[in-house]
Amino acid sequence: MENKLKVLDKVKDKGEKLNRMLRRNAAGQTAMPKKRTNLKEHLQKKSTRKKIRETVVSWLFLSPSLAGVLTFFVLPFLVVVFYAVVNNPIQKEFVGFDNFVRVFNNNAFKQAASNTLMFSAVAVPLAVALSLFLAVVMESGIPFKSQFRSFFLSPMMVPIASIVLIWQVLFDYNGLINQVYLAFGGPSKIDWLKSDKAQIVVVILFLWKNLGYNMILFMAALSSVPKDLIEVARLESATERQIFWSIKMRYLSSTILFVTIMSLINSFKVFREVYLLTGDYPYQTLYMMQHFMNNTFASVDYQKLSASAIMMAIVVVILMFIMFITEDRYGRDIEG
Amino acid sequence: MAEIRKPRSETVFYERAIRKAHRNKRIYKYGIIIGTIIAAFFAVLFLTPIILTITNSFMSSSEISANYGAVFKTTENGGKVFISKTVNLKFIPDIVSFSQYYAVLFKSPEYLVKFWNSVLYVVPIVGVQLMIAMLASYGFARYQGRVREVIFFIYIILMLMPYQVTLVPNYLVSQWLGILDTRWAILLPGFFSPFAVFLLTKFIRRIPTEVMEAASIDGAGEWQIFSKICMPLCKSGLISIAILVFIDYWNMVEQPLILLSNDELHPLSVFLSKINAGEISLAFAVAVIYLVPPLLIFLYGEEYLVEGISYQGGLKG
Repeated sequence: MENKLKVLDKVKDKGEKLNRMLRRNAAGQTAMPKKRTNLKEHLQKKSTRKKIRETVVSWLFLSPSLAGVLTFFVLPFLVVVFYAVVNNPIQKEFVGFDNFVRVFNNNAFKQAASNTLMFSAVAVPLAVALSLFLAVVMESGIPFKSQFRSFFLSPMMVPIASIVLIWQVLFDYNGLINQVYLAFGGPSKIDWLKSDKAQIVVVILFLWKNLGYNMILFMAALSSVPKDLIEVARLESATERQIFWSIKMRYLSSTILFVTIMSLINSFKVFREVYLLTGDYPYQTLYMMQHFMNNTFASVDYQKLSASAIMMAIVVVILMFIMFITEDRYGRDIEG
Repeated sequence: MAEIRKPRSETVFYERAIRKAHRNKRIYKYGIIIGTIIAAFFAVLFLTPIILTITNSFMSSSEISANYGAVFKTTENGGKVFISKTVNLKFIPDIVSFSQYYAVLFKSPEYLVKFWNSVLYVVPIVGVQLMIAMLASYGFARYQGRVREVIFFIYIILMLMPYQVTLVPNYLVSQWLGILDTRWAILLPGFFSPFAVFLLTKFIRRIPTEVMEAASIDGAGEWQIFSKICMPLCKSGLISIAILVFIDYWNMVEQPLILLSNDELHPLSVFLSKINAGEISLAFAVAVIYLVPPLLIFLYGEEYLVEGISYQGGLKG
């Protein structure tokens, strides 16, 4: 009996449930909503799991490089910062900016910094202007374009060490440049590498080496200028000069900035040329930052080294922030 | 009346336009001629030093000292050879001689040792830097996050730092690890240089994400997507980066000067400048031998090189 009653109860229960469901169905509601939330939750859970997995994966891929960069560049640089503000690595007494002041008052540093600045101030604008000029010439539809491009790019591939000999022959006191100079009515021979003219030689070498690279960057930017824009401008009878200054320059502006900064950074590397041409002790106008660093390395003065490295780093970071901020401003302008 | 005038002015307009177009065409034609002349002029300036170096390497030592005696003051033959007061620059040697190459390759092993040094630095650096960069750039490009963006920015800063800055930390680490004056002082920082990471990330970001998503839906694991899809698609990028890294390290001067006080480990790029005047004729041959590998790479991969440089433009990409 009791069993029968229980079964009856169960059946009643089921019947009520069925009734409720039917009623809900009639009202346009189904039992689905409950299930749907379940699915949503499930999906959400899955996507967070996926996100975590993705993060883990990407950090795993990053880890070898990150470990190396931390040990060889970032962490030691923090130590460099530390060295720059203490009196010596053993006593570790905080001295504030004393080291910086000491470096700043150092005559060799002043000489090196002003030489490097002088060199960059002359070489960088020349490099940008000349390479832009070359790129415009290259993109103007001249024949043998790819051959010319190879010719201009080839100095980039040539090791400086291989080419230094011939530069010595050219710019020596008894060298070819002087002969030409005399033939064209120069008053007397110039000692190119051991006089105030030495920087000219280095600027020429720098241009020779870097113009091709800059030119490629400009050529890429020039070919990205939309053709239809220029067509329209031509139809509206704009002159070539107007097209260049108002359309192409607009598209080139960010590249000009990039090339300027890259040339500036490359100009800090001109030590290679100077060292291979003239050795450890060049004429005084060729005494570059790297010479100063080399000599400081030789004297094992960590304080001086660290302070000057940090000053260089600050200069580079400032340059880069200028670049990023201006690129942000101009970049948006063009895309719109 | 007005109706008659209108077509007339139109023809005038067209006539003018045609005349202008002709003039433009003429200007354009002259422009091309002038442009070609300018390009040719620069090309001669750019190529002369390279060609001179190559042709001079085929001159015998007596011819070299006769031509450049005034510059390098060769004294090996005790003044028996005529030494000119001025320099005779010659494009073509009187007698093509391979004696210099013979001397370099078979008689003076120190040049070959230094050349081999260069190879031992450059090849592992290119290989390992590229491998580490492949992994890292996939990590940067595939999934993004705030922290990773900041780290990538730090990589860019590090990449642009001149040697005057980065060599100081490198020196300190090498000292702590006790690898100063060994090959590892050059190799290890080279392995982890952020340059390849930066450039390769830019290459990978150009791959449409749909490609990788599709592979992922088809059941490819992360490693499979990386090795079977991403890297093959970046092949040209990898080659161009390899070329750029190769040039950079084949040319290195700063690092060995500071990190290696032992001359024997120096690469040829530093050693070449230390050749004394007595061996100046050999120097040209050594210079050419040193120039051959990058030149071959250039001939093979110029397109890749150009592509790699173009990708560098615009650091944010």
